[in-house]
Amino acid sequence: MASEATQKIDKSVLWGGGRSPFSVTYGKSMMWFFLVSDALTFGGLLIALGFARYKYAGDWPIGEEVFHSLPFTNGVFPLYYVALMTFILIISSVTMVMAVEAGHRNNKQQVIKWLLLTVIGGVFFLASQAWEWSHFIHGTEAGTTLSNGYVVHGANMLVNEYGPQQYANFFFFITGFHGFHVLSGVVINFIVLIMVSKGMMEKRKHYEMVEKAGLYWHFVDLVWVFVFTFFYLV
Amino acid sequence: MERDDLIVNDSYATNNHHSEEEGVKIRKNIIKVTLILTAITIFEVFLGSTIKKEPGLVWTLVVIGFIVMTIIKAKYIVMEFMHLGQERSNIRKTILIPYIFFVVYMIILISIIEGGWQGVWQV
Repeated sequence: MASEATQKIDKSVLWGGGRSPFSVTYGKSMMWFFLVSDALTFGGLLIALGFARYKYAGDWPIGEEVFHSLPFTNGVFPLYYVALMTFILIISSVTMVMAVEAGHRNNKQQVIKWLLLTVIGGVFFLASQAWEWSHFIHGTEAGTTLSNGYVVHGANMLVNEYGPQQYANFFFFITGFHGFHVLSGVVINFIVLIMVSKGMMEKRKHYEMVEKAGLYWHFVDLVWVFVFTFFYLV
Repeated sequence: MERDDLIVNDSYATNNHHSEEEGVKIRKNIIKVTLILTAITIFEVFLGSTIKKEPGLVWTLVVIGFIVMTIIKAKYIVMEFMHLGQERSNIRKTILIPYIFFVVYMIILISIIEGGWQGVWQV
């Protein structure tokens, strides 16, 4: 795309006023700036996670021992379900980039098709997360016996069977904050889908709204890539 | 509504459209990136579910490998899916330079964990 954005232009012309110096719209550059600040928020959370892990080194639960269940089965599948969730999010990112590409060809039918698939992918991810949260909160049958003889099953905000309390709290906060981003992304994508199917983008003669919603959606995928590594794998 | 994305004369940033032939090429690239991302994720899960997490050289190397693979995945998502690689270099730098903060965070975190700087933080 963007042939103009790859051209070399003299700085005095670029910043001389009367034109967009970044060769993007105001809305798109502001979406980028919002994502920069949002990424710093998630980064702060992951750095805090790093400190907590260091503090409880040795006691910190191992990802594949906590998350080893698949829906409708009783077997042990270390991390497979989280990997499936990661895959669902990557694929919905792909369908989003396909929608943006179709938008650059002004192909309304294909934009609708790919956006709809993106929304469905997002809903699947949210449902998977709901299942995982439910599984994490209910815990195992055996549970963990505390020193006072009290048996803990699963996790809540005060106590959990997996390890240090910080473990469950970070799980709830980081995946919850990310899940809320996914939820708002699904809502935004759905609104844009309605706008596209009503023909609003044809009136504007460009599909930049799809591109802006796409930036947010890719960002959600990007954050999950980091959460997957630092919460589950490492 | 007044347009804010004027590039030059009567040309606007949102006027960039591509033809069907270019679209075929772009979609090919998208599929290539998808396969790379999927392959890396499968490899990560394979490592995560087979190698035991015990302190030592092997696990340290695996962790470094995870971080490198994550950054490679992030690079593909940001540069290809979010099209940052095709934007003007001034906006690209504006977005990427703030992440120097993370390098500082990481240096402090590692220096505390490795213990070399612990004395510095004690009053």
